[in-house]
Amino acid sequence: MKSLSLYLHFITLRIRAQMAYRFSFTLELLSQASISVIDFLMIAILFERFKQLANWTLWEVGLLYGIISVCFAVAEMVARGFDTFQSLVGRGAFDNMLIRPLGTFYQVFAHEFQLRRVGKLSQALVVFLIANSHLDISWTLGKLGYLFLALIGGTCFFIGLLVIGAASCFWTVQSIEIINIFTHGGIFMGSYPISIYQRWFRHFFTFIVPLACVNYFPSLFLLNKIEPAGASRIVVQFAPFIGILFLCLTALFWKWGVSHYQSTGH
Amino acid sequence: MDTVIDVRALSKTFKVYHHRKGFLGSFANLFSRKHRLVQAVAQVSFTVKRGEIVGYLGPNGAGKSTTLKMLTGILVPSSGSVTVNGYIPHRQRKENAKRIGVVFGQRSHLWFDLPVQESFELLQRIYRIPQAQYHHNVEMFDELLSLGDFFQTPVRQLSLGQRMRADLAAALLHNPDVLFLDEPTVGLDVVAKARIRQFIQQINAERQVTVVLTTHDLDDVEKLCKRVILIDDARLRFDGELATLRRLLSTERLLIVDYAEVYSDISIPNAHMTYQEGTRVQYRFSPEEISTAALIKAILQKFKIVDISVQEPDIEELIKAVYEDNLLLNPPANFP
Repeated sequence: MKSLSLYLHFITLRIRAQMAYRFSFTLELLSQASISVIDFLMIAILFERFKQLANWTLWEVGLLYGIISVCFAVAEMVARGFDTFQSLVGRGAFDNMLIRPLGTFYQVFAHEFQLRRVGKLSQALVVFLIANSHLDISWTLGKLGYLFLALIGGTCFFIGLLVIGAASCFWTVQSIEIINIFTHGGIFMGSYPISIYQRWFRHFFTFIVPLACVNYFPSLFLLNKIEPAGASRIVVQFAPFIGILFLCLTALFWKWGVSHYQSTGH
Repeated sequence: MDTVIDVRALSKTFKVYHHRKGFLGSFANLFSRKHRLVQAVAQVSFTVKRGEIVGYLGPNGAGKSTTLKMLTGILVPSSGSVTVNGYIPHRQRKENAKRIGVVFGQRSHLWFDLPVQESFELLQRIYRIPQAQYHHNVEMFDELLSLGDFFQTPVRQLSLGQRMRADLAAALLHNPDVLFLDEPTVGLDVVAKARIRQFIQQINAERQVTVVLTTHDLDDVEKLCKRVILIDDARLRFDGELATLRRLLSTERLLIVDYAEVYSDISIPNAHMTYQEGTRVQYRFSPEEISTAALIKAILQKFKIVDISVQEPDIEELIKAVYEDNLLLNPPANFP
């Protein structure tokens, strides 16, 4: 409880610092939102011409897009500290964290909160809501609960990716850009039904990097869609938990990484 | 007196990875294990008792900061053992952190865009410092360090001296038993240095806080430390009373004078001219024979000068002297 209130205190201070430059903050918020609007327009234009993609309509894809974008926007908002961890190490700020009687994972989390991601988040929510209004999903309590868990699981998945990228700094000092292939590339890829891709590609993003659990399986569940490429019902049902499990595993990886930390400028 | 810090055969070896540049390079870096080993600290052993102030000295790159980082739990030792207050810093990092205070002179531990007061309040919450203790400490540190002058100023706007005072106070808010200071006076002017030293002395005397400090400034050592540990090239070279080194410390100093014009006879009693080029003359003198003030006075009485400066012996010279006087603990293999 005390950790939570301290976390909120940290975050409040960060948000206050960002709001100090209100004009530039508003500008960033708007540019974030408008860039992501263009994002989805591209998909919509594609569907204007082809109407359907492997049995998926535009609004079904809108659901895919909405879910994955919400998850990524929230992850980038809350886990910014991991995203910029390389500079934390470079400035010696991570040394400062190690001399405090608090966990390092916790402190990096509490280090930054990027409020301007609200721009991206609201665009993603709008796409999701519009898509939903065109779809005939019968929202039961079970489905609402499932959606909630899926959003949390997906957010955890993206945070986990950022954690892996950050933890790589313990060995290389220079963060690996490769993680961006999975985050930004993953979003691009995940904006379309995974069934359109090659078999090996599908398997990679299901079993190795479980991106399919973020939005593809949850969309199948919400739409009651059965697909040859889709997994069995039980996998689809448990998909939201995979992201949470993934984050727990990356947290262990993080812990192991900290013991290899070399600091800078001995 | 009980032992607070116990260091035994402590070593740290860094793996320095060969780094490839570019996108493909960073991909290759993932798999390549090409590296060389750098020994930063080798087989260092010492103990520190409660209430001591120990100067941990050595030239740049000797391994001073690396040792401090192992004592504070930032780095995991490669071999050997270390305990602080009975805790193993890298295994019981959080427990250890509650009972130590740390200041690295090169950078602040406070929050860049927060005013000093808010940084302190944040620390109060992090260390769960009781309200009464917090107020008592802030009051006391304000009295000793005049924090009030800049208590509401964001840390990024502080001068170096102010920042150091704020950092020192911040490191002591939670009443730590041990204070680790890495170059606490680096870059400060004479007045600021004196103030910091006086504060450290007072905290040590009143609270029995054990202090381990690294420094380049031999004045820091003379004013603060009874005991000195010297490391060079990762190894312990000397561990003992400052008094043993005193003679080496107070030997000779250099006085460099820029005269207004070229004088024919510029000899000064008790000072040996060692160098002359145009109007610039260098004297060597011993403070035991003549004080710096008396020497300058003697020069000013006879000549017109443009500039004058005194050079203190530095750490490198001290180490040279230690080597020459056979006070070495671990003579290098090639030592005569």
